Amino acid sequence: MIGTLTHAAPYVGYVYPNETDIAWSVLIVIYPYITGLVAGAFIVSSLYHVFGMAQFRPVARFALLTAVSFMFFVPVPLLFHLGNPQRAFNAVLTPHWTSAMAAFSYVAGFYICLLLLEIWFAFRADIVALSKTTSGLLGIVYRVLTLGSDDVSPRSLAIDHKFAFMLAMIGIPAAGGLHGYVGFLFGSVKAREWWSSDLMPIIFLLSAIVSGVGLLIVLYVAYSKFRKVQVDDDCMKGLARTMWAFLLVVLVSEGLELLEMFYKGLEGIDMVQRLIQGKIWFGMLIQWGGSISVLAILTALIVFKTKGKSLVTWMTVSGLVMMIAVLAMRWNVVIGGQELSKTMKGLLTYYPEVFGHEGLLVVAFIFTCPFIVLWLATRLLSPWEPEGPTRPKTRQPEPRWPWTISPRVSKPPRNPPKTSRNPRSPRSRA
Amino acid sequence: MTNQDTKVGKEASDLSRRNFLRILSIGTASAGAMVSAGSLMAKEQVTESAAEPPPPKIPNYDWNKHKWAFGVDATRCIGCLRCVEACKAENGVAQDAHHFRTWVERYVYLEGEDKPHIDCQNDPQNIAASGSEREFRFDNRYKDAKVEKAFFVPKLCNHCTHPACVQVCPTGATYQTKDGVVLIDHSYCIGCQYCVQACPYGVREYNHVLGVTDKCTWCYHRITKGLLPACVEVCPVEARVFGDRNDPQSPISLFLRNNRVEVLKPETGNAPNVFYVGIDREVS
Repeated sequence: MIGTLTHAAPYVGYVYPNETDIAWSVLIVIYPYITGLVAGAFIVSSLYHVFGMAQFRPVARFALLTAVSFMFFVPVPLLFHLGNPQRAFNAVLTPHWTSAMAAFSYVAGFYICLLLLEIWFAFRADIVALSKTTSGLLGIVYRVLTLGSDDVSPRSLAIDHKFAFMLAMIGIPAAGGLHGYVGFLFGSVKAREWWSSDLMPIIFLLSAIVSGVGLLIVLYVAYSKFRKVQVDDDCMKGLARTMWAFLLVVLVSEGLELLEMFYKGLEGIDMVQRLIQGKIWFGMLIQWGGSISVLAILTALIVFKTKGKSLVTWMTVSGLVMMIAVLAMRWNVVIGGQELSKTMKGLLTYYPEVFGHEGLLVVAFIFTCPFIVLWLATRLLSPWEPEGPTRPKTRQPEPRWPWTISPRVSKPPRNPPKTSRNPRSPRSRA
Repeated sequence: MTNQDTKVGKEASDLSRRNFLRILSIGTASAGAMVSAGSLMAKEQVTESAAEPPPPKIPNYDWNKHKWAFGVDATRCIGCLRCVEACKAENGVAQDAHHFRTWVERYVYLEGEDKPHIDCQNDPQNIAASGSEREFRFDNRYKDAKVEKAFFVPKLCNHCTHPACVQVCPTGATYQTKDGVVLIDHSYCIGCQYCVQACPYGVREYNHVLGVTDKCTWCYHRITKGLLPACVEVCPVEARVFGDRNDPQSPISLFLRNNRVEVLKPETGNAPNVFYVGIDREVS
């Protein structure tokens, strides 16, 4: 290809000449994808934290760490995509409020702060305990993380719970807002037939939750294998039901959207049909085939009350397939929308670069980072309860809070009061 | 001298300039060489000597007193593509077949067919005919075909009254001036390309060198000096009309008064300010 552009998109039919330079690359595919994983993971932790669903206790704190690890990397693909990333703060300092995108930094910033605060409250008792038992550099880190508060008296912990509950409550609409916002970003673009839909925010939000639950399942199983502990059956069953419910609504919404589109048959519908059958047929196959298969598997698991190893295996498969299906959905929306020309008389083909700053390698790198951060985070603050296989039998009667001090951590505070009884002088570490 | 006199004098000078340039551009077209830049330079020399009274300077330009609009008479367009080349030269648009601030579409209905064949100067066959991505022409592919109806449609930024691109810009780098032109502040644009997505007309293009979005400005640097946009200036057949709607005798006011005009994609609610005469329902 002659000229300055080396990756011009080939096309069929008639497309506007500037459209051959596809604006949003594969980076913008993983941006809503990563955001979605955050929303999904957070919702699972909220099911336990706010709604008191005890079966999610084993993954509740882990879900928070997952959410924050991925949240850190939500802005990264955007920054890589910007033509002038050094000016990114223009949108923060002088936001143009009629733009949905202007809200991004505020929504994302708020959400990161909220997640960090919630994690701090959830892990505070652990952090205090670790700050007292760990020495060296890591000990300093833990002591800094206590933020000077090492009071783990029941009264203090009760206050923690109150705050954490409040944060989790705020977190649900914030998670919804964060991903609903991403859906709005696409759904409000009236110039693009494939995006412009009132259902887009809802579909994005629900598919986000499904993908996040999928991620959580995969990670929980992987961590359990790695830690050589048994996967909690109740937790898996709960995750299966959650995924099943959200997935069902996603499929119905997406199905209705397509049905309405074709039933109305507005001008250009033939091109939409060609897009689905041609350019994104494989993506649609993965998205729909994957989703329907997972729905079938989950239905079977719930109906047959599957337990134990086979439940874990099938749930892992479901989680993985769901993650891939939602990734395909993001591709179909972001790339498919741009492959359908604004003329409605032509189709473009997007070929992602492999190298280059918007290439697949960069995408792979960005997507790997959250996993590394999560691994480091779990090394720093273990979200797991101490006893794996025996734990379900010895579970506390009413575990309403994830941040209820786990046995390992709760013991030290119970013993030390023998030496310092006075709860008003907690600074007794020396 | 009254304002009216100034206006008449300016129109006269505009006409003489345009006549000269028309001859010049037809000459260059027949020579088949890309000399838009040269012709524009020549034009400037001519206007310097022929212009009386001198065009208004920027310090005196008051954007509250103008309301610019653009007219396209598709029945006149001959598809010579001088406008495309002049635009690229005037505005430093990337010299390739994927970045245009203005372009010309060719609609051809063949006998016995319901749908038109549509192409544009960036079509690979047309590029092959012109020999490079720096000069543009339509190839002769319908030479042996039975053409029932055919016409050209010049396209450019519509400088909408309710621009979707301005609405979605997260920083406000793209904005609407008081005189109705949509511009981009290149020093403030972050290059997110949300505006590229939002424009229903596909007129926004990405400047890979600066990492910012670009688009037609109706040659704002020229019109604020009393000159015409480059594409209007070089059009040999007056298919492109430009002027101030606040002036009832301006070319655009006359164009709008004397024609039944339509706009592209009115259903978007963007309220474009490029008005068309002689387009077909297939034009979008």
